[in-house]
Amino acid sequence: MTQASPIPTDPAATAPAEPATPELLHQGITFPEGLALDCGAVIAPMTVAYRTYGTLNADHSNAVMVCHALTGDQYVAEPHPITGKPGWWEAVVGPGKPVDTDRFFVICANVLGGCMGSSGPREEKPGAGGQPWGTDFPSITIRDMVRAQKMLVDRLGIARLLAVIGGSMGGMQVLEWAATFPDMVFAAAPIATAPHHSAQNIAFDEVGRAAIHADPDWMAGRYWEDGRIPARGLSVARMMAHITYLSEQALSRKFGRRLRGASALTFLEDVFEVESYLRHQGSTFVNRFDANSYLTITRAMDYFDLSAEHGGNLAAAFKGTRTRFFVASFDSDWLFPTSESRALVRALNAAAANVSFVEIASDKGHDAFLLHEPEFHAALGGFLRGAAERAGL
Amino acid sequence: MSDTAEPIRFVAKNMRLDLRLIADMIPPGAKVLDIGCGDGVLLEHLTREKNADARGIEIDMAQATAAVAQGLAVIHGDADNDLAFYPDDAFDYVVLSRTIHAVEKPREVLRQMLRIGRHAIVSFPNFGHWEVRMKLLLTGRMPMTETWGRPWHETPNIHPCTMLDFFDLCAADGYTVERWLAVDERGLKAPWERSVRLANLFGEQALFQLRRTVRD
Repeated sequence: MTQASPIPTDPAATAPAEPATPELLHQGITFPEGLALDCGAVIAPMTVAYRTYGTLNADHSNAVMVCHALTGDQYVAEPHPITGKPGWWEAVVGPGKPVDTDRFFVICANVLGGCMGSSGPREEKPGAGGQPWGTDFPSITIRDMVRAQKMLVDRLGIARLLAVIGGSMGGMQVLEWAATFPDMVFAAAPIATAPHHSAQNIAFDEVGRAAIHADPDWMAGRYWEDGRIPARGLSVARMMAHITYLSEQALSRKFGRRLRGASALTFLEDVFEVESYLRHQGSTFVNRFDANSYLTITRAMDYFDLSAEHGGNLAAAFKGTRTRFFVASFDSDWLFPTSESRALVRALNAAAANVSFVEIASDKGHDAFLLHEPEFHAALGGFLRGAAERAGL
Repeated sequence: MSDTAEPIRFVAKNMRLDLRLIADMIPPGAKVLDIGCGDGVLLEHLTREKNADARGIEIDMAQATAAVAQGLAVIHGDADNDLAFYPDDAFDYVVLSRTIHAVEKPREVLRQMLRIGRHAIVSFPNFGHWEVRMKLLLTGRMPMTETWGRPWHETPNIHPCTMLDFFDLCAADGYTVERWLAVDERGLKAPWERSVRLANLFGEQALFQLRRTVRD
């Protein structure tokens, strides 16, 4: 599935990223000049870890950037190097899939602040004698993530992306791409997302952060010094967040009130199946995700407010845009409800943008964008084919 | 969303001929918004044959999804609630085909159409048709015809009007009728071009092209 791509890169500036864990080496590019962040700090050098799928065509016009969500990473369409599970969006990205890697050159980068090889809290802090950044890693924004991706795209010799696609926090990056670098984005697909993080979503994030902070093993963020990880706190954060990714219907359908290993309540050691499922989700998560990264990235999501970046007028973010948009929401998603997508669509209409919008019927909640949803896949695939046609591909 | 009633549209079988008449009214390269675009037949035609920048709004989710899956710029939405968000003069033509009698506020929808578009193209079934008149006169009951096929308590067509009524509204709200046509059920032009009164009696469908008489 993964092919080596004929990309002209400067070998002197291309170095493998620092391994996230000793046994892992991620493909990446290090930029010695670094990146100036919205908060005023500079990260230099700055590394962007990424994966590509498919082949870049001769005139570099078939590139599609896929942006991952909070706990995703660059391994979008191949087995995950830690968990061994299929890529997180193999339902959508691959040969013959809606994002067809037989046609398009797909790029997916680990976000700035992540923990799979891009510069982030777990990576070595420059000039700190081999110590990781930890809680010294500066505050980052969604726009910082996108600027880092833009440096990667520039380096790959791509002047314009055919499309930028992503769900949830990936959708926030899509919107930021379209607003910040409109001439580089021919088509944009923000999915199951919102132009700002709602108070409710910030509240959920804060509970997750509080759980991490409350874990004695967090050690004020310096847990690596004693070889610990705040597994309990991070696990609780993941369990709570996971509930917000599902829906009441999905939980009822998958688990109902069923018990593990018992058919009736005994009032002894009963475990509901939904409990057991969440515990599993929590405990597996801590093996692959860094707590300080979780804190950094959830903060970046909370900061995101595209209209505030444009004088309180969301339409102004897209003024004069020539980008074609595809907005999709899912009717059981209560984390990023349709009303937020509709507000985005209306702002795009106010900017006279070319926009498609569908609300997909699904009982799978926010996670629906990652799952088997044929209508969604048909709409996204059709949008991309239409965009490719208009782009002369 | 998917379990709601039939979309607000009462005859689909003549759509193509009807839409062909509308397509003929739109010059090449125009910027067009088709309200109630269905699965995007007109949009597809205008994009391919006339190199138009054609966009759509569709109330039925399955149809909107089908249109988007063909690569067309269609949003799920409706005439009553979504037009207000477009800027003035965003389009050359705004099309509302066989829908105006089914919207909540036809006068406001028309006003929005002629705010966001320089021209509006509106088609609707003519309630002044002789068959409708005759049925009401002879039976004393709400007329049921091929066009008006549903009983009064089930019809989504809540604002029926005649061609004369529509001329009156255009005059009252300051719209110039640039063209009008009476169309029969098969979507063919009916030969009543000289007399509005005859057209109002014999035309099953009405097709109007409007523009603002004066800028608001």
